[in-house]
Amino acid sequence: MKNKLILIFIVVSFALASCQAKSIPTDEPVTLTVMTHDSFAASADVIAAFEQANNVKLVFLKSGDAGAALNRAILSKGSPQADVLYGVDNTLLSRALDEGIYESYESPLLAKIPTEFKMDASNSALPVDYGDVCINYDKAFFAAHNLAIPQTLTDLTEPKYKGLLVVENPTNSSTGLAFLFATIAEYGAEGYIAYWQQLKENGLVIVNDWNTAYYTNFSASSGHGPQPMALSYASSPPVEVIYAATPLDDAPTASLVGKNMCFRQIEFVGILKGTQHRELAEKFVDFMLSVQFQEDMPLQMFMYPVNPDASLPDVFIKYTQTPDHPATLDPAVIAANRDQWLNDWTEAILH
Amino acid sequence: MSANGKSGRLGRTLLWLIPLAFLAAFFFLPLGKILATAARSALENELGLSSFKQALSPLWFTTWQAALSTVLTLLLGLPSAYLYSHYRFRGKRLMRTLTTLPFILPTVVAVAGFTALLGPRGLLNLGLMKLFGLDQPPIMFMNTLWGILLVHVFYNTTIVLRVVGSAWSQLDPRWEQTARMLGASKRQALREVTLPLLRPSILAATLLVFLFDFTSFGVILMVGGPYFSTLEVAIYQQTMSLFNLPLAGILAVVQLLCTFVITWIYSKINGIRRVPLMPRLEGEILRQARSLKEKVALCGMNSLLALLLVAPMLALVLRSFLRLAADQGNRGSFTPGFTLQYYTQLFVNSNQSIFYVPPVSAALNSLLFALLTVVFSLVLGTLTVYAIFHNQRSQRWLDVLITLPLGASAVTLGLGFVITFNRAPLNVRHFPLLIPIAHALVATPFVVRSLQPALNSIPTSLRQAASVLGASPVNVWRKVDRPLLRRPMLVAAIFAFTISLGEFGATSFLARPETPTLPVAIYRYISMPGELNYGQALAMSTLLLVLCGLSIYLLEKLQPEGMNEI
Repeated sequence: MKNKLILIFIVVSFALASCQAKSIPTDEPVTLTVMTHDSFAASADVIAAFEQANNVKLVFLKSGDAGAALNRAILSKGSPQADVLYGVDNTLLSRALDEGIYESYESPLLAKIPTEFKMDASNSALPVDYGDVCINYDKAFFAAHNLAIPQTLTDLTEPKYKGLLVVENPTNSSTGLAFLFATIAEYGAEGYIAYWQQLKENGLVIVNDWNTAYYTNFSASSGHGPQPMALSYASSPPVEVIYAATPLDDAPTASLVGKNMCFRQIEFVGILKGTQHRELAEKFVDFMLSVQFQEDMPLQMFMYPVNPDASLPDVFIKYTQTPDHPATLDPAVIAANRDQWLNDWTEAILH
Repeated sequence: MSANGKSGRLGRTLLWLIPLAFLAAFFFLPLGKILATAARSALENELGLSSFKQALSPLWFTTWQAALSTVLTLLLGLPSAYLYSHYRFRGKRLMRTLTTLPFILPTVVAVAGFTALLGPRGLLNLGLMKLFGLDQPPIMFMNTLWGILLVHVFYNTTIVLRVVGSAWSQLDPRWEQTARMLGASKRQALREVTLPLLRPSILAATLLVFLFDFTSFGVILMVGGPYFSTLEVAIYQQTMSLFNLPLAGILAVVQLLCTFVITWIYSKINGIRRVPLMPRLEGEILRQARSLKEKVALCGMNSLLALLLVAPMLALVLRSFLRLAADQGNRGSFTPGFTLQYYTQLFVNSNQSIFYVPPVSAALNSLLFALLTVVFSLVLGTLTVYAIFHNQRSQRWLDVLITLPLGASAVTLGLGFVITFNRAPLNVRHFPLLIPIAHALVATPFVVRSLQPALNSIPTSLRQAASVLGASPVNVWRKVDRPLLRRPMLVAAIFAFTISLGEFGATSFLARPETPTLPVAIYRYISMPGELNYGQALAMSTLLLVLCGLSIYLLEKLQPEGMNEI
């Protein structure tokens, strides 16, 4: 027993020592902390290039989904835990701006970026990437059953699609929320509940999270579920190709991209108010908007670059459909109505 | 004991001061801070009474599903505890390790296992559909109440099996023999003698299981679906998606108050009597099953345990070696093929991501955090039970306080950690020990619950005898208490270890990309589309299971000879 205790003590002190050793910098590069959502990703060499060029050590603070990261930034407003916050999207933007967590920064690279992505005139939040939340469908199932591909949201209420669609609960999932907004963009605040009731009568399956929808319910994922249509992203089909176990010559899934069937998410980066490293933070924001990062992003985060100079990887061009009329809502309208819409939806559809 | 007055008093003060200081720093401070923030913003924005009422509506469901889950868990756990503490049989140690493993599984993974078995395209449904030529899966598991109950039983049976089983195996068999000799029937002896003697352990296990079910989050979210909601789910929604921190704060307080009341009642019922029991030789009551009835009971119980606890994990492991290629457009039939690809792929950083997690280092991080959790919680738990032991009446509140973290909302406490430990040296960003500290908050109540009944049953006469014979207080502890507490200590260590290994909630708030744990890595894979990502999540989960299984096996091996059998 004594020996055991000694052993444990050695292990613990060794662990403590190694933790200590790590935090003492050797050649003193400045640390820049970037708070992000969990889905943030980048290539190691792209990050290393930035670190070397600016003699900086980047620390990424992953803080749950975008809402959780924003919550954390708001709660630590004043003494921010990071210098930069990346990942707030257009469904959360107004809240972030209202709370005044950002310092404005007019990056020289903004000039290149199309105005449709710039949603904040004060340039506190700068657009980095965008993506469409769309319903994916199982191509093989639709072919085998000679089913027509739904072209509009209204099509989904037809009896031939009964019980074939699974979506995420908007109160729990950001994809679910995006789809709720798409239906509001199409039917208005007065009509969306009636539409959802029709969907429900047509055997709509609602689950709480993307994981369950995609891996338990969706028939074209490796979970082989019962529903051939599931709410995911327009970029999911190329991801299925990239992460296939055996090389595929075609994507097993595709997206429904009719008018207002997809909701466009735009993600923003901003410098957090109170940062001690304003200059470096500016450099990092510039870096995120630069061609180097923007070209790396599609295969890391499966989002589209906002910088038009960045070229897209072939697999993206081949398997992603871009909706002609994605649904959008003004962030201010979202911020003003979001709680009411969610509560009404929960009352009408779940209770 | 009064002989060494001053130092003894100081020692006794430290007994309760250390756990209390730990709780104050790492539980009440962060919780207080986040609740204060919530209260401030509640004063700024008026809080609607209607939204409060609506948010409180899950309280009733939360309570009765927890009660029902607990009853079902006891129904499976108590008979198993009896059989495992009374009979020798082949494969017992393996079964005991296997039945502990559900406890470490992150919810996503447990759900993947259950779906592989009972899901709409699970083995069972596919088999039934083929057999009867059905068009629709006959078994509904997802989005149902019984799905929730089943997964709760899956997770928590091990608590009853271990806590009660450990006490039962140390029970003096002569009490029951005496009762039988005096003419009591087997049932009478059980009801009048054995169960009352086991009551402290049964109550302790019941409390732990109930609190776990009461604060259930992932299971309700994923298995129950959007039509079921517990307080914890409501807190999560109010915090993360409706940004209603004041309401979330109120709900968190309600949940905490319920935990307080439940633990208080438990402590009242439990603490009144203390029955000293002469310690017995370990394994004394163990024997082979002889009669047909005994054999049938053993076989039946083990099959049931295997079906409910082991089969879902087995399905998961199986699935991590199988490719299911769906036949074109046919939703119900597949051609399975064996593959190791999901495992080999784990070692490849296919897209050069900076966040790639090498499985070995994730495993090492997980192990290190788990070991630290064991050390922290064993120290804190031991101090706590002795503090309570030496001053039963006034320090019962310590017992209640130390259990509170089990009922704290993980979301709320996580945010509390984030806003509290904001400066050096205790900075979330640079102080990796916050992870095992958070785990120890959850693990310590388990340590207390396992040690307390055992400590209370040590006859005072043994210690007095040792003292009279000249043993110093330290020696009394070493020669009397320690050997008798070894087995419950082991049970406690295993719980602390598994809690830490599988925990994800706090880790997700505190984890830093440099020290990812296995559950963090699993979540990273399973939140992306693509067959390889799903396969790798299952492969990583299998690694987690193996790692944990081996660790439990080794922990049990650490016991001296002769104690291994139980």
